[in-house]
Amino acid sequence: MSIASKAAPIRFEGVSKKFGKDVVAVDNIDLAVDAGKLVTLLGPSGCGKTTTLRMIAGLEMATSGRITIGDVDVTKLPATDRDVSMVFQSYALFPHMSVLENVMYGLTFSGFGKGEARSRALQGLDLVGLKGFDGRLPAELSGGQQQRVAVARALVLEPQVLLFDEPLSNLDAKLRRQVREDIRAIQQELGLTVVYVTHDQEEALAVSDEIVVMRNAAIAQTGTPRELFDAPNDRFVADFIGEANLIECQIVELDGGTAMIEIEGYRHQLPARGLSPGPATLAVRPSRIVLDGDTGVQATVAKATYVGVRMEYTLEGGFGQVFAVQDDVENPLEVGTNLYMSFASRGPVLLPGEA
Amino acid sequence: MTPAKATRTPPVLIFWIIAGWVGFVLFPWYGVEDGLFSFEWLVDGYPFEEDYSPAAFLIGQGEKLWLAPLLIPLLLPLLALGREKSDPAYFRILTVAGALGFGWLIIQGFSIGIRGFNFEWMKAAFGELGDRQFGMGYGAMICASAFLFLLTQGIAARGAVNGDVFVVGAIGGVVTIVTAFVFFPIANMLFSAFVTDEGAYSISAFVGKFFDDRLWGIGCFFGTRCGAALNSLVLAIAVGFITTVLGLAFALVVTRSGFRWKRILRALTVLPIITPPFVIGLALILLFGLSGSVTVFFADLLGTQPTRWLYGMPGVLIAQTLAFTPIAFLVLIGVVEGVSPSMEEAAQTLRANRWQTFRTVSLPLMRPGLANAFLLGFIESMADFGNPLVLGGNFDVLSTEIFFAIVGAQYDQGRAAVLAMVLLFFTLSAFFAQRAWLGKKSYTTVSGKGDAGVHPLIPKGLAIPAMIVALSWAIFTATVYGMIVYGSVVELWGVNNSLTFKHYVTAFSIRIEEEGIRWTGAAWDSFWTTITIAAIAAPLTGAVGLVTAYLLTRQSFAGKSAFEFGTMLSFAIPGTVIGVSYILAFNVPPIEITGTGIILVVSFIFRNMPVGVRAGIASMSQLDKSLDESSLTLGANSWQTFRRVILPLLRPAILAALVYSFVRAMTAISAVIFLVSAEYDMATSYIIGRVENNDYGLAIAYSTTLIFVMLSAVALMQVIVGRTQIGRRMTQSRTNV
Repeated sequence: MSIASKAAPIRFEGVSKKFGKDVVAVDNIDLAVDAGKLVTLLGPSGCGKTTTLRMIAGLEMATSGRITIGDVDVTKLPATDRDVSMVFQSYALFPHMSVLENVMYGLTFSGFGKGEARSRALQGLDLVGLKGFDGRLPAELSGGQQQRVAVARALVLEPQVLLFDEPLSNLDAKLRRQVREDIRAIQQELGLTVVYVTHDQEEALAVSDEIVVMRNAAIAQTGTPRELFDAPNDRFVADFIGEANLIECQIVELDGGTAMIEIEGYRHQLPARGLSPGPATLAVRPSRIVLDGDTGVQATVAKATYVGVRMEYTLEGGFGQVFAVQDDVENPLEVGTNLYMSFASRGPVLLPGEA
Repeated sequence: MTPAKATRTPPVLIFWIIAGWVGFVLFPWYGVEDGLFSFEWLVDGYPFEEDYSPAAFLIGQGEKLWLAPLLIPLLLPLLALGREKSDPAYFRILTVAGALGFGWLIIQGFSIGIRGFNFEWMKAAFGELGDRQFGMGYGAMICASAFLFLLTQGIAARGAVNGDVFVVGAIGGVVTIVTAFVFFPIANMLFSAFVTDEGAYSISAFVGKFFDDRLWGIGCFFGTRCGAALNSLVLAIAVGFITTVLGLAFALVVTRSGFRWKRILRALTVLPIITPPFVIGLALILLFGLSGSVTVFFADLLGTQPTRWLYGMPGVLIAQTLAFTPIAFLVLIGVVEGVSPSMEEAAQTLRANRWQTFRTVSLPLMRPGLANAFLLGFIESMADFGNPLVLGGNFDVLSTEIFFAIVGAQYDQGRAAVLAMVLLFFTLSAFFAQRAWLGKKSYTTVSGKGDAGVHPLIPKGLAIPAMIVALSWAIFTATVYGMIVYGSVVELWGVNNSLTFKHYVTAFSIRIEEEGIRWTGAAWDSFWTTITIAAIAAPLTGAVGLVTAYLLTRQSFAGKSAFEFGTMLSFAIPGTVIGVSYILAFNVPPIEITGTGIILVVSFIFRNMPVGVRAGIASMSQLDKSLDESSLTLGANSWQTFRRVILPLLRPAILAALVYSFVRAMTAISAVIFLVSAEYDMATSYIIGRVENNDYGLAIAYSTTLIFVMLSAVALMQVIVGRTQIGRRMTQSRTNV
């Protein structure tokens, strides 16, 4: 006997959630999460990601639309009756119960006998590396340990879907990386369907099979981390994922799938992505800016910061300000240096111009 | 800002040195007979008349020579002037001077009383004194404060609490007054329980009184009467239990049932604060008494004789349940709202249904609140004096027995002390039982971060009974209060039901004459006394409460947990016990204040202090400590921080505490009944007196007036402070509709 997975897919069809009369938290979204995948809901605060998660859990009921988990329509089903468990941001461990009682809690309501519930709970604690902690009270554990108890408590129910609501936000920076890797490892090992909410793009990129970027109660873009990073749909996604510099440009020529763009007289070639000639926006990540070329856009170094593994520069020019990083720390550029700024051949992406 | 000179003597030190001398040389040392607020002594032979003389003049005339040693600790601190604070001599001088002066004041105060030496062995050792002394007056009190604060400055200079003079002084001050006005009288009372009729100490005297059959008898099982202690215990447990269950039902209805008229139920919680508890008893008599409306109605309907069933346990139980349920509600509503919603949501995602969630998570997390509500109901019932007096009949309880032991024909102080000890024993046991039951488990659920959920609704099977109970209680309460207002305008209840304002006229008539208004009504005296005393006590209560709360939440010092425990403990002491212990302790020097207005003020301060402390702690723990710390790093000392940062932020809490202690002082009866005198009669004890004379009309009219006066005080506060909102999501989730 071991903890198994009954992973099931989730489907949202035209789901909306309104609070009161006119606060729209989630506006008519469609979403598909495949079984056994870890999907992240990513977005700034107030974008509707937590509400979406709570609708999967059954803690909020959709105002309209249809939600299915596996083959079952769960739209009207309360949390108790859904085969979903959730790890809360505050962990929500019951302070009056021991660690073991906390982990056994859900099992006793799932029809297991006391002995069976106990052995499954101990096994769950073992899985998250908390063997021997079963007699303690939650208050006697560190933040990271509490978090793992919360994970174990959700895992042992072998739910169809496991939900995480910003699970790392109460942990310190060092622990975050480790816990996030642990979560990913357990998810892959057991083949769980996981929906994960965060506002940290690095965290999302690191753990996800797929990322759903949300903005203003709607989905801005869905895709694998690579897709979102390399081919953002719009300025919002480009800005939110990877802090791209957004530079206004003109598409002057189209040649099949390739576009020629011009910025202050400097020309650069890159995939057109279906755009037509005229104003457009170039999204360039800080690491894809080249500073040692002989041609390019004229720019001046406004700030130079040494951060150990690389140099960070703020450049100013007719295009405004951009942020660039360079791996060369041996020969840093002085503030005030005039140079030509150009772009790497891969990486920069064309986006529609500012509306 | 100029840098302080290293050797400059702190102004606080100079202030207290001067204060000590002023107390010694300028002010009358002993209590002036006309009271603290009379200044006739200034023109009546001062400073040489012996009764009004300052200590220095007494010694100069060769009188009260035992005060002379005080000159040493008064002179000693002068040596500290000009010394640096870090100089070991500085703290040594101040500590020794303060301890010596304060200690000597206490020793001589307890040794020499109105009949010379207080102890036989002293007479044997030093011979008959041939002189005597009275209670402390202005001079002695100022001197004592000066010594106390010299001592705390010495301790602070030694480095206690980071050398913070204000904090050490505040701790010293609070500890001293709590010791003097809570622990000293209680301890004193304990001792007097061991005194035999001849004045000797004896254990058997205590045992004899303690196991008196009138206390523990179980005669009621055999047709006679049960002992008062047993009655009190059974009654208090029943009241504690019923009020807790009802309070929980209301709290659940208000917060978790989607009930429409929440605001009305919430408004009902104001009632116990503004109602003297025995008023409920009076209304019950109007309804169910021998000539009560309900009794008469059913007697006519069924053709039976009206009975006196109300008088005794049933009546007292109903009255106390009605009076104290809102208190339980007030406690529980905070607890029920305080259970973090994500706990309950977590339980739901873990496949627990609504019943299971409620039973396994919500209810256990409410345990501290339930225990608190039970304890409050238990203590209030134990201490309640008015209802048993009005409705008790042959059902004796401790509080009334104590009263009759003191004021009745028996006048047996020892018996009163024993009864009070039994009472205290019960409430303290309940207090400790509560702590033991809660154990060391944590019930704190609001973690601050990430608690965005909404409380799920309670199961239907629970919501409907709770709602029925709450509604019927609300209707019953409304009826009771209606009866009070109606009863105040009825000529003579049950005999002559014509409407009249004559009771109000008797109580509150005024005559406008040439010299101004003459307050001719019978109630005016006690009314103005009550207002005055309550108005004096309120700011003092607020001050003591806030300073204590500040020390408890903001400072850490050795013995803090004992300090906290002491202030909590005073909350478990019933008013009746305070009353008895005060008249026993403060009837004789060194603190001789029985029969004055001061004893009433003091009793209110220490009766209501726990409320002020709680209010202060609640609002102070919401102010982040970094506020103080930033003020301290910006160069303010802790007094300036308290005064300029904390106090302004706490203004609403302070105002609330002021109004609350004012109103509580006006409705209090259990301690007051022992402490009033002909000169200082309070409204509540006046009303009880009217009831005992069967003058119900006047009593009810006066009570109604009091209720309206306090209602306007509370309403005024609501308007000024406004209502604060809890920052949770406003909408109730549709999850569990």
